[in-house]
Amino acid sequence: MENRKIRVALAGNPNVGKTTLFNTITGSRQHVGNWPGVTVEKKTGVRTYRGYEIEITDLPGTYSLTAYSMDEIVARDYIIEEKPDIVIQIVDASNLERNLYLTTQLMELETEMIIALNMCDLALERGDKLYINKMQEILAAPVVQTVASKGIGINELLDRVIEQKHDEKYHGREIGYGDLIESKVLEIEKVLLTDPELIKKYPMRWMSIRLLEGDSNVRAKIEKSAAAEAINELLASIDQEEYEAEIADKRYVAINAIFPQICTRCNVRLTKSDMIDRVLTNKYLGIPIFLALMWGAFELTFAFATPFTDMIERAFVWLAVNVSSGLEPEWLASLLGDGIIGGVGAVLTFVPNIFILFFLLSLLEGSGYLARAAFIMDRLMYKIGMHGKSFIPLLMGFGCNVPAIMATRSIEDEKDRLITLLVVPFVSCGARLPIYILLAGAFFGRQAGTVVFFMYILGIVIAVISAKLLRTTIVKGRPAPFIMEMPPYRVPTLRASVVHMWDNGAMYIKKAGTVILLGVVIIWSLASFPWGIEYGSEESYVGMLGHLFAPLLEPLGFDWRMTVALVFGLVAKEIVVASMGVLYGVGDNPEALTASLVADPSVTALSALSLMVFSLLYMPCVATLGVIKKETGSWKWTAFALAYGVAVAWMMAFLVYQGGRLLGY
Amino acid sequence: MTEITLDTLKPGDLARITKVRVKGPARRKLFDMGMVAGSEVELVRKAPLGDPIEFQIKGYHLSIRKEEASQIFVQMIE
Repeated sequence: MENRKIRVALAGNPNVGKTTLFNTITGSRQHVGNWPGVTVEKKTGVRTYRGYEIEITDLPGTYSLTAYSMDEIVARDYIIEEKPDIVIQIVDASNLERNLYLTTQLMELETEMIIALNMCDLALERGDKLYINKMQEILAAPVVQTVASKGIGINELLDRVIEQKHDEKYHGREIGYGDLIESKVLEIEKVLLTDPELIKKYPMRWMSIRLLEGDSNVRAKIEKSAAAEAINELLASIDQEEYEAEIADKRYVAINAIFPQICTRCNVRLTKSDMIDRVLTNKYLGIPIFLALMWGAFELTFAFATPFTDMIERAFVWLAVNVSSGLEPEWLASLLGDGIIGGVGAVLTFVPNIFILFFLLSLLEGSGYLARAAFIMDRLMYKIGMHGKSFIPLLMGFGCNVPAIMATRSIEDEKDRLITLLVVPFVSCGARLPIYILLAGAFFGRQAGTVVFFMYILGIVIAVISAKLLRTTIVKGRPAPFIMEMPPYRVPTLRASVVHMWDNGAMYIKKAGTVILLGVVIIWSLASFPWGIEYGSEESYVGMLGHLFAPLLEPLGFDWRMTVALVFGLVAKEIVVASMGVLYGVGDNPEALTASLVADPSVTALSALSLMVFSLLYMPCVATLGVIKKETGSWKWTAFALAYGVAVAWMMAFLVYQGGRLLGY
Repeated sequence: MTEITLDTLKPGDLARITKVRVKGPARRKLFDMGMVAGSEVELVRKAPLGDPIEFQIKGYHLSIRKEEASQIFVQMIE
C-alpha cells in the first residue's frame, strides 16, 4: 500500500495563487503549524484522489532559492532533505519571465517537477499566446494549465501527479552557464565528489553552483565534510561576487532564449492595475486615501466586534455565576468561577477583534494593497529604523496588540520583525481605554479628552524612540533593503480571507490560549491564598505583593491598591478598572468608583496621570506575552519585552509624578 | 552614451541596466528579481514621499529604495 501515498510540495513565487491552489486541492483537510525551529508558517494538507493519498506541503512563496531569507532556506531544505516525490511549481502565466527564474533553480535540485501554469485566464484575456507543448518540451516537465480560483485544471494536475509518480517520463533539464562558469563548477564538483556522505545527501551540481555563488548556508552544510578544507582553499581564490552576478545573468539569458518560444505577449501599456495605482499611490492622494482606508478598517472592526465581545463577556459572567453558585467546597467554586471560566472568558473576548482584524488584513493582502501600504509608508518608517512593512502591524496594535504581533510575520527580515514586535506593546490598545476614561474622567473634567489623546501620542512616541534605541543597541544593523514586488490588484477571494482568518484565530486560541490560561490560574491562586481570605483582598498574596511592591511604586504616586490593580491588569489591561472597583468595595459601579477615587486623599490628579502613563507602558498583558513567546520562540525575548516595558513605564511615570510635584501640582 | 543611475530617471523613462554596484544581501535579491545587466527598466512612479521608487522590469512591477537605485547604472533607451 506504501506506493498509494504520494508526497507533493508546492513551490512558487509569492502572489501567483499558490495558497488558493493549495486550498482548492486540500479543502478543509489542512494542518497549519510552524517549520521546525523557525516561525515560518508550514501548511500541509491531504487529498484522496483516485485511490491515492496525496499529501501536500505548501512551501513558503519565494522568488528564488538562495539564502536571502528564512523562507528560501526552508523551501529548498525541504526539497533537498525531505525529498518529496514531486514538486509542483505554480507559475503565473501572465508573468512568465520572473517565474521561470525559480524554475531554473528548482531544476538544479534534481527533483521530479510539474508546472502548474496558473491564472491562464488573465494571460489569455489580455491577448497573450502560450505554447504549452513547446513549453513541456523545453522545460522537460509536464505543464498543466490551471485557474486555481475557479477550480479549473485541478483534476488534470492531480492526474499528472499520479502519472509522474509511476512513469518517470520526464527527467528534467538544467541550464548551462557557459564555459567559464561550467569549468569552475566542475572543479568544485570534483572536490565534493571525494566525500561519499555529501553525494548521498545533496545534488552535487547544485551544491557546486551555490558554493560558487558564495552561499553561506550551503557552505555551513559542508563544514564538517572531509572536503571542506579543499573547498575553502578553492573558493578563496575566486571573486564570488562576480560569479554571483554572472550566474544570475546567465539564468536570465537562458530565460530570454526560452521565453519567445513559449509565449508571445501582447504589450498592454496601461493595465487596470496601473490606473488604480495612479490614484491610490498618487503623490497627493496616496497618503490621505491610505489613512482613510485604515480608519475605515478600524471602524469596521469595532462595529462588528463589539457586539460579539459584549456577548462573550456576558455569557462568561453568567456562566461563572451559575457554575460556581451552590458548588462546594468554596475554593473549587472560586477556582472554576473566578479562575478558569473568568480566564477562558478573558482569552475569548479578544477573539472577535482578532478574527475581524485578520479578515481585513487578508483582504488588504489579497487585493495587493498591502504592498502599496508598505510602499507609501516606507520613507517614514525607514527614518525611525523600521521597514515599510512594519507600519500595518503597528497600526493594528491600536485595536489589539495580539493580532498586531502575529501580523509581523509578513516582515521577512528577522531583525526588522523583532524590533516591530517588541515595540508593538507600547501602542495603546483598545483594552487600555477604559483605564484612561475612568481616571481622566474622574480627575481632569473638561480636559479629559485631551489627556486621553495625549496617552495615545505618548504610546507612539515611546514606540518610535524604542525602535531607534533597539536599532542602535541590542538589535544592531540597518533596516533590510526595500525590494518588493508590487503585484497587480486583484479581487480577493472570500474563501482565502475566511481561511486566513480562521487559521490565525484558531492558532491564537490554541497556542496563546494555553499561556494565558496558565497566567490566569497563577493570578487566581495569588488572589485566593492563603486559605480562608476573601478573594483579592489585602490579606491575599496579591495584597501582600501590592504591599511588597508599594515602596517601589511609591515614587510614582501609587498606593497599595493601585499596585494590586496593576498586578491584576497583567491578565488584560481593562481588568485594572474592575479590580479597583473590588478594592474600593464598590463593585462595577463606575459612578461610585469615580466618587471613591476623588474622595481618596492618596489619589491626586497627578498620581492618576502617573497611573495612566504606567498602565499604558508597563508590561504587555498575558495574551500579548503569550504571542511574543510564540512568535519569537524565545523566553529570553519574552522576558526582555516584560522587563523593558516595566522599566520604561517606571521611568516615565516617575518623570510625570516627580516632575509634576516639582512644578507644584 | 552617458551612464546615469537608476534613481535619476523620470516617470516614463526607459533605460537598460549596465552595472549593478549594490553590495551586501540586497545585491543578491536584486539579481533574483531581474535587476541584472542588460535588463530593460522603466521608472513607473515614485512613492508619495519620494522614496521608494517603482519600476517596471521583466513584465512586472518592482519597488526599491533610492539608496539601492543610486548604485544601479543604466543607459537611456531612446
